[in-house]
Amino acid sequence: MCTYETETLNLQGSGKGAQGWFAVTDASVYFDHPVHAQSEHTLNLDFLNPALGPGARVALELGADSALALADAIKEVVAAGQRPAQVAPAG
Amino acid sequence: MRDDIKAETVTITGHGGDQIEAYQAQPLDQEKTGAVVVIHHMPGYDSWSKEVVRTFAAHGYLAICPNLYSREAPGASPDDAAAAVRAKGGVPDERLVGDVEGAANHLRSLPSSNDKAGVIGYCSGGRQSFLAACSLPLDAAVVCYGAFIVGTPPEGFPIKVTSLEPLAAQLSCPVLGLFGAEDQHPSPEEVTRLEEILKKQGADFEFHSYPGAGHGFFATDRTSYRPEAANEGWEEIWEFYGRNLGTGAN
Repeated sequence: MCTYETETLNLQGSGKGAQGWFAVTDASVYFDHPVHAQSEHTLNLDFLNPALGPGARVALELGADSALALADAIKEVVAAGQRPAQVAPAG
Repeated sequence: MRDDIKAETVTITGHGGDQIEAYQAQPLDQEKTGAVVVIHHMPGYDSWSKEVVRTFAAHGYLAICPNLYSREAPGASPDDAAAAVRAKGGVPDERLVGDVEGAANHLRSLPSSNDKAGVIGYCSGGRQSFLAACSLPLDAAVVCYGAFIVGTPPEGFPIKVTSLEPLAAQLSCPVLGLFGAEDQHPSPEEVTRLEEILKKQGADFEFHSYPGAGHGFFATDRTSYRPEAANEGWEEIWEFYGRNLGTGAN
């Protein structure tokens, strides 16, 4: 498994894994061989809570184009959600 | 010989006296034979790694794969365990050596052992196979597309791997290296560099690089599988182990 390219970060949020919802505290982002996707390499995301054990994990394996499209969509949606509401003038 | 085997999960004593899980297979006939420690790839102690263990037993060897993620993720599914260990920076080298030593000693203690032990590793396990061969008294080591045996990982690299060049002079046994010519981890340049180092120190080794194959060409459950390279690679392994571990197999 062997680009080894991995970024890790702390997060605040929640994820739904095999045992239901849990608090997400950490994430790993890496471009490497997938477990399930049928590609040589994928962008892999693990949303984790190490305090709850290895099973507290939500995993995604995305093709490179899909991963970049997802990153753009996340940025756009978060920016839009944080903009003040535009109220159209009456009349 | 017959290819009847017995395969089972066992507990062995690993690094620091820790009790760790391992998957073991042995031929049913009790002729004296060599032992093979299988070092699993970074995706973990998965079904393919266990299949490899059974394959060695079916070819006449005692074989075992220690679960290198036993401590971080006991009982977890292989992919969850691999994710947990990756997030922590991988398996420490010192612990790997202790776990391989424990696995080799476990097989040597079996009644049908001929006291010879080899190691084989895939992907990250390829580097770890070379590490074990430079750290332990072994009889044969197979390196399957291990990256970062030579060279320095980029600054800020999150997985704790270091170059094994300073250890190469301590190599205890013959080495068989099997690589994909299209692989970038390790790249053909890295493979050439390792070859030069081993030549310079007069090591007993042979390398094979397969055109049209990239990383992970042995892995039958992945799109990287290249049957032609894998079949040729298996033939090299049988010849190499047959010569160095002292069993004829089939």
